[in-house]
Amino acid sequence: MTWFLKPETLPEKFAVMLLAVLLFAMIMGLVLAVVDRPRLPRWVPVVGYLGPALLLIIFGLLWPGMLTIRNSFYNATSTDYIGLANYQQIFTDEGFLIVLRNTVFWVILVPLVATALGLIYAVLVDRTRVEKLAKTLIFLPMAISMVGASIIWKFMYEYRDPSLPQIGLLNQVVMWLGGQPQQWLLNPPLNTFMLIVVMIWIQAGFAMTVLSAAIKAIPDEIVEAAKVDGVTGMKLFVNITVPSVRPAIIVVLTTIAMGTLKAFDIVYTMTGGNFNTSIVANEFYTQSFNQGQRGLGAALAVLLFIAVTPMIIYNLRQMRISEGER
Amino acid sequence: MSASIPVEKARKLTRKEKREIDSKNRLASPVASLMAVVIAVFWTIPTAGLLITSFRPSSDVRRTGWWTVFVDPGFTLKNYADVLTTSNVTNSFFNSIIITIPAVVIPILLALLAAYAFAWIDFKGRTFLFAFVFALQVVPIQVTLIPLLTQYVSWGLANTYWTVWLSHTIFALPLAIYLLHNFMKEIPRSLIEAARVDGAGHVRIFFQVMMPLLVPAIASFAIFQFLWVWNDLLVALTFSAPEYMPITAVLAALSGSYGSRWYLLAAGAFVAMVVPLIVFLSLQRYFVRGMLAGGVKG
Repeated sequence: MTWFLKPETLPEKFAVMLLAVLLFAMIMGLVLAVVDRPRLPRWVPVVGYLGPALLLIIFGLLWPGMLTIRNSFYNATSTDYIGLANYQQIFTDEGFLIVLRNTVFWVILVPLVATALGLIYAVLVDRTRVEKLAKTLIFLPMAISMVGASIIWKFMYEYRDPSLPQIGLLNQVVMWLGGQPQQWLLNPPLNTFMLIVVMIWIQAGFAMTVLSAAIKAIPDEIVEAAKVDGVTGMKLFVNITVPSVRPAIIVVLTTIAMGTLKAFDIVYTMTGGNFNTSIVANEFYTQSFNQGQRGLGAALAVLLFIAVTPMIIYNLRQMRISEGER
Repeated sequence: MSASIPVEKARKLTRKEKREIDSKNRLASPVASLMAVVIAVFWTIPTAGLLITSFRPSSDVRRTGWWTVFVDPGFTLKNYADVLTTSNVTNSFFNSIIITIPAVVIPILLALLAAYAFAWIDFKGRTFLFAFVFALQVVPIQVTLIPLLTQYVSWGLANTYWTVWLSHTIFALPLAIYLLHNFMKEIPRSLIEAARVDGAGHVRIFFQVMMPLLVPAIASFAIFQFLWVWNDLLVALTFSAPEYMPITAVLAALSGSYGSRWYLLAAGAFVAMVVPLIVFLSLQRYFVRGMLAGGVKG
C-alpha cells in the first residue's frame, strides 16, 4: 500500500501515474453509466455531470479562499483574532512598503511596456515575408518557464570583477561602451527594474499575438480609404490602427497586469526577494512558508485578490462590449 | 482573458490578393525594418547566449564570455552528461512528466462533463452556477495554498503526487469549464436535436456528436495546461515532497546553489526547456487559438 502514496522507483512512479488516470476514468465512467439511465429525474444527470467539478471547486477554491480571508485577521498561528493588525503592519512597516512600491512598479511597467512593444512589433512584421518566423522568435519566451527565463537573464546580468573578462553580456556591453561593470541584481532600486525586464521579455509575445490577430481583423476598406486620403506610416498607426484595436489593447493590458501581480517565480529565482526586490506574490510565499507568519501571508494573498478583482471585472465588461459590437 | 477576436477575415484572402495588399500596406521603411530587427535580436540573444554556453567546455565558460565562441570555437556535450548524472535533474525531469500527464488529462475530463451540462442541459440555477464557476477564476492560487496544505496534511496525503495532481486539477477547472463551454455552445443545436430524436442519451450525444467536434478546443486547452503545469513552480514548492519535485523547482534551487557553475546551470535549464519548446513549436497553431479564445491563466 505504501508505494501507492510513496512510490520510490521510476517504474513504481509511472505505475502510480497510470493508476491515477485509470482510477479517475473509471469513476467518471461509473458516474456516467449510472446517470444515463432513461426515466431518471432531470437533476440526476445534472448532478452527475456537474457534481465532481463543483465539489472540487468548492473544496479547493471557495473554502480555502474563505479560510484565508479569515486567517488574514488572525495571528501567525491562526489562533487569536487580531483585527486589522496584519494589514496595518503591511501598510506601515518600512520593509512592506518597499514590497508594495515594487509591486506597483511591476504592475504598471510590465503591462505598458510589453503591450507597447508587442503592438509595435505586430505592426512592423504584419504581412511581411518573414512574419511567421519573426513572431515565433518573440513568442518563444512564453513557452519556457519563468524559472528558465530567470536563469537566462541571470546569466545576462552576471558580474565579474572589471579586471577579469566579463561573462555576462550586459556588463560586457557596458565595458565596450567604456563603463564599469555593475552588480545589476544587488543594487536597489535598479535591481527591481532589471527583474521587470525579464517579465516584459516573457509577456511581450502574448501582447504581440493577440494584437496581431486584432490588426488582421481591421477591415481592409478602412485601411484602403485612409491610404486614399494620403494617411500612411506613423499617422496610419496612430489614427487608424491603434483606435481600431483599442478593445484588444485594454484586454491585453489588464491580462498582463493580472499575470504580473500573481507571478512570483522571477523574484524567487533571481534574488529570492533579497536586496529590496520582493513583490507581494513573493512576499506571500516568504511570510507563509519561510517565516511562519500565516496571518501576514494570508493578508498579502487577500491583497492580491483585491488587486486582481477589479481588473477581471473590467476585462469582462470589455469583452461583453466587444462581443456586442460584432 | 481576451475577447475572441475574429481572425477569419484575414484568412479568406487568396495569396495573390494578400501579396497585392502587402505591397501597398507595408511600413517597410528602413527605419521600421531596423526596429523590427532590433526587437527580434533583443528577444533572441539572451536565450542563444545560454544555449551556446550549455555546449561550451566548463573551463571556457568560466574564463570568457559566450560571444567569444565565434572567434575561439569549442564545443562539448559534457555539461549535459554531467548535469544528467551528477544531480537530481534526471529524477526531477521524470517527476515533471509524472506530474504533468494526469494534471492535464483529469481536469479536461472533468471540465468536459461540467461544460456539457452548462451548455446543453437545462436546469434551474444554471446561469447562477456558471457565473459562480466563472467568477472563481479571479481567485489567485496564493489565496488557497495554506488551507489546502493544512487539509492535505490532516488527511495524511501531504507530500505525495496525489495532492499535486488534485491541486493542479482544481486550479485548472474554472478556466477549462469556461473555455470548453464556449466552444460547445457554438455547436449547432440542430445536431444535438437530431441525435436526441434518434433516441441518443446524454452519454451518446457527448461521445458521438460533441467529442469529434471538440478536438481542436481540447487540444488548445491541453497545450495551455501542459505548459502551465510543466512550467509551474509555486504549486510544486507548496505541495511536492523533495523527492517528487519537478524540474522547475530543482532548477530554481540550483540557480542558488550552483551560483557560478554556469556550464551546469545552462545545460540544466535547457533540459527543462526542451519539452515545452517541442510541444509549443509543433502545436503553436492550437496554442494561439486557445489564447485568442480567452485562455490565459496567471
